[in-house]
Amino acid sequence: MSTAPVLRMEAVRKSFGTSLVLRDVDLEVAPHTVTALIGASGSGKSTLLRCANLLEEIDDGAIWLEGEEITDPRTDADAVRRRIGVVFQAYNLFPHLTVLQNITLAPQRVHGLSRAEAEGQARELLERLGLGAKADEYPDRLSGGQQQRTAIVRALAVRPRLLLLDEITAALDPELVGEVLGLVREVKDEGMTMVIATHEMAFAREVADQVCFLDGVVLERGTPAEVFGAPREERTQRFLRRIVEAGRL
Amino acid sequence: MTLHKTLPGEDTYVPSERRIARERHRRARTRRATAIAATSTLVVGVVLFLLITGSPGWDRTQETFFSPHYARIALPQVLEGLWLNLRLLAVCGSAVLTFGLLLAVARTLRGPVFFPIRALATAYTDFFRGLPLIICLLMVVFGVPALRLEGVTNDPVLLGGAALVLTYSAYVAEVFRAGIESVHPSQRAAARSLGLSSGKTLRFVVLPQAVRRVVPPLLNDLVSLQKDTGLVSIAGAVDAVYAAQIIASKDFNYTPYVVAGLVFVALTIPMTRLTDWVTARMDRRRAQGGLV
Repeated sequence: MSTAPVLRMEAVRKSFGTSLVLRDVDLEVAPHTVTALIGASGSGKSTLLRCANLLEEIDDGAIWLEGEEITDPRTDADAVRRRIGVVFQAYNLFPHLTVLQNITLAPQRVHGLSRAEAEGQARELLERLGLGAKADEYPDRLSGGQQQRTAIVRALAVRPRLLLLDEITAALDPELVGEVLGLVREVKDEGMTMVIATHEMAFAREVADQVCFLDGVVLERGTPAEVFGAPREERTQRFLRRIVEAGRL
Repeated sequence: MTLHKTLPGEDTYVPSERRIARERHRRARTRRATAIAATSTLVVGVVLFLLITGSPGWDRTQETFFSPHYARIALPQVLEGLWLNLRLLAVCGSAVLTFGLLLAVARTLRGPVFFPIRALATAYTDFFRGLPLIICLLMVVFGVPALRLEGVTNDPVLLGGAALVLTYSAYVAEVFRAGIESVHPSQRAAARSLGLSSGKTLRFVVLPQAVRRVVPPLLNDLVSLQKDTGLVSIAGAVDAVYAAQIIASKDFNYTPYVVAGLVFVALTIPMTRLTDWVTARMDRRRAQGGLV
């Protein structure tokens, strides 16, 4: 098993107009590990994920996926995105398709599976993750938690090499957060490489192998015990203190 | 280069070699794409030109449709006629927007008390949207004078304009209604929960959002109305089309029609660009950015 990083970022810079969101970001994500990105709103967590998926063009620096530089202008962005799964904060399910159709769209239209193959695989995945009964429902008939779990299954159905999760529980009622995070735990146990932008500090602490505190740069990185237990940077300490005061850790 | 300047919140920034190389590559790619586009446009243009001018009937066609002599005669008269089209557009356009909005609001009124108004508005839009404009024009322009009513005008311009308003209001009402119905019910709920009455909710919360959303399709209908003002010529009003017809029927040369056609095209282009611009601006404002 190779230990070359699945995702590597070097000196990544990204601005929108005059606001500089990512100043100088370095990041390495080893295979089969979970990296949690924490930080205040506007610290660049989502932007970092969008850059990794080539939804945003970076100003400077470079990003590698499995050793291949994907920020080279000659890269085929679609080919890169085929290898990365993304789950969004607002689910972004297609409302005109059933759960099953949402999941089989990319396997059929992008990866060339037959309808029977794609549906068989999707049903198996849904069954395993406790959504078997919902396969033929439309997204608006599902609870938020079920919708987000469907979105995770949709991202997994193309067998990505890397899964990016962008604040996936931020829009959920507290009692639904558990089921979604439970699913992420299962996905981790299967060995998926993941980068998670999150405000769920307890979850980050439990599930992450690496925690990065982001503020335009990766201000502090380490194991959860290091970052949450004994943060070195003053700004990390202040951030975590606020989180504790809010009763979120 | 302005792109490389240091942004607020940092002291120094020097673009890396990597960035410079990347941007050089992108510029080269843009140049290549532009060159390819220019070449292919030129080739298509030349082929079309040769194909048309090489056709057996080209000389006759050119004389009948593209005679510079007749174009010179027709242009001033066509332009004079066009003034009527423009005035019609201004008056009918405003009337259509007002009447269309009223119809749309009438159709969205709730409650059993409003049933007759709702039904009437529905029947109106169903009827006038289905009726071909030209038939509506003929009925109004020749039917109304035939009634010989006291005090009702026989002026073909006024009657033709009225027919345009009748038909276009029905279209525009449906555009407005689609806009009103696209405003999410939660907006109405929020407004009602603040104590706004049904009418105030419509006026201050629903309509502003609805109207903004339907601006592009509305401008589209206005462009269409602009052309259709040319149809009042069948009533005998001397607009750009009729002015062309007068010259054309005298000498059996169709160049004036071509002139009138081009004048209309020249008139609608700014309107179309305006539509594109407004739409693009609205999209930009709504989009969260990104490449896809």
